[in-house]
Amino acid sequence: MSGVREPILAMRSISKRFGAVQALTEVDLDVYAGEVVALVGDNGAGKSTLVKAICGVSPPDTGTVTFAGREVRVESPHAAQELGIATVFQDLALCDNLDVVNNLFLGRELRRGAALDEVEMERRSGKLLRELAARIPSVRLPVASLSGGQRQTVAISRSLLGDPKVVLLDEPTAALGVAQTAQVLNLIERLRDRGLGVVLISHNMVDVRAVADRVAVLRLGRNNGEFRIHEVTNEQIIAAITGATQNVVSERVARLREQSAGDDPLAAGSAEGGA
Amino acid sequence: MTDPVTEPAVPPPTPATELSTPKEAVGGWLQTLRTGDIGSLPIIIGLILIVIVFQSLNPTFLNAFNLVNLCLQIAALGIMATGITLVLMLGEIDLSIGSVSGLAAAVLLVTHVDHGFGPLLAVLVAVLVGTLVGTIQGSIFAKIGVPSFIVTLAGLLIWQGVQLRVLGEQGTINLPPAGTLVRWAQFSFVPGWLAIGLAALVPVLYLLFSLLTRRRRAAAELPVIPLWLPIAVAVILFVLLQLIVAKLYLDRGVPWTFVFMVLVVVFFDWLLRRTAYGRKIFAVGGNIEAARRAGINVDWIRISVFALCSTLAAVSGVVAAMRLGFANQQSGSGETLINAIAAAVIGGTSLFGGRTRRYAPLLGALVIGSIANGLELLSLSSDVRLIVTGTVLLAAVVIDALVQRSRTSHGR
Repeated sequence: MSGVREPILAMRSISKRFGAVQALTEVDLDVYAGEVVALVGDNGAGKSTLVKAICGVSPPDTGTVTFAGREVRVESPHAAQELGIATVFQDLALCDNLDVVNNLFLGRELRRGAALDEVEMERRSGKLLRELAARIPSVRLPVASLSGGQRQTVAISRSLLGDPKVVLLDEPTAALGVAQTAQVLNLIERLRDRGLGVVLISHNMVDVRAVADRVAVLRLGRNNGEFRIHEVTNEQIIAAITGATQNVVSERVARLREQSAGDDPLAAGSAEGGA
Repeated sequence: MTDPVTEPAVPPPTPATELSTPKEAVGGWLQTLRTGDIGSLPIIIGLILIVIVFQSLNPTFLNAFNLVNLCLQIAALGIMATGITLVLMLGEIDLSIGSVSGLAAAVLLVTHVDHGFGPLLAVLVAVLVGTLVGTIQGSIFAKIGVPSFIVTLAGLLIWQGVQLRVLGEQGTINLPPAGTLVRWAQFSFVPGWLAIGLAALVPVLYLLFSLLTRRRRAAAELPVIPLWLPIAVAVILFVLLQLIVAKLYLDRGVPWTFVFMVLVVVFFDWLLRRTAYGRKIFAVGGNIEAARRAGINVDWIRISVFALCSTLAAVSGVVAAMRLGFANQQSGSGETLINAIAAAVIGGTSLFGGRTRRYAPLLGALVIGSIANGLELLSLSSDVRLIVTGTVLLAAVVIDALVQRSRTSHGR
């Protein structure tokens, strides 16, 4: 599928250096419209650096970014938003003292003369949240009174108001309960159904399995495997994250597998050379 | 994974239906009370208590004469409290407003009396001095990152020093007793027919705007307030305003300076709640990082708010000097600063930033002004006044902190 279609966002040979630390080395990443790609990796693997490179917070040193078939330079968060790349950061960036409508429209308020057009903003907020089937008791509640999942829903919905093509979600389910996680995962599926390209950064393999179509693994600032979710086991992903076979976890898995079934075709998965 | 979760969904749009019956509305209001959102209730109860206490101690408290005096007295306070409310909304503090008001009073008197500036020009110069001071302090705070507490604490001393320098050897400068400025502040009252007309116009305008908004919301298929609510509020407002006007016109009537103060309070309330600029002040006070990421120019908001606050402090100093008829080395010192902060906080502005009640400076100024006025009628010495005012401020701040804690525990 991905071989035929053009990716909406294609990053090639992205490198980034912070002083003596080579954070990213020749990293490639493709994002397709209507697809969720999970970006996974251990702490310090370069996930955050790559996200910051995509969303313009900290542009890469070298490498090319192609967006909708055009080569672009994303030099600032504002430029990224203009292009249609929206980012929902881990720390939610909502104002607790403002209600849902005001948070959704923060920084892009609709006006009517000199005053704010509260009626139109409330109408559009309600429409957007209904389209996303988001579960918010009332759009006039201050977000401080919402649950973690509802707050995350507001944060994600907010990114959609700019009508983006690609949405980056940085650990959207971290610190959420089971039901709330389900709520956010439902929302991610709806983003995909709307034809958006979604990049999901997550540590949680269950979440990745639940919604991702593709998994891209980073290790020590390099690509370390890319898998279709239905063609890979968790063990293979973890092996790619941690550095394959010399790792104690994967060794244990391999040992167990050898003991249990000799006909398992996955044991020979070439995670290390996947990129 | 797609199982429904426990939280309730967005209610389906129910076009143009009314939210609730009166009973349900009261129930909803009690509900918000329980979650710590206590509304303007405590301040109104407090105000009634203050009136009862002072009236029983001295029956002249509710005299028309004294109430007109009260209106004259709180005009300057209300204007200054409006300015500090804006700064408190950012979660910051401005300790220099007393000194700035004193400086503005000195500048007004020196330019008008000593240098022969026309009254309007002198007022303008005095007010612009305030704007300049606020811009300087705001810039040091926003651009260099010195805490506002320190910047304005330094300002408190610096501007008081400048005030003394401006006044020079004279110490006290008097306004010409029959001059324009004194006439404006002491002897200008709204004509009776106009006061009655305005007191009738306000509820009518309120009703009109409420109904227009209600119609727009109904057209947009949003939930609307029940029809009886704005009508009831308008009727109560009408009766209340007419009673106040009738009472005040037993004496001299409504002073223009009081009307001016109310207009300042109402304008800045509108600015805060109904404009994009005000929304940005809320955002910066609520979560500065979120505001920054939403593309809000935080530095500009901070500088402009400090400039507005000092400007209003200068206006307040001008109004006070005009009412008293003089400026001296004590102008703007003493309780001026603490009264303004107390008024803002008692009115319902949170010291933690991002929250204020409607017309907080006006309600707070009424409370602080009534206490000062009542104590003065009892001819108590200033020791009691200081202790009482300080205690009231402390009580207001304690209530604010308790409300904040209750909000946190209720997730509000």
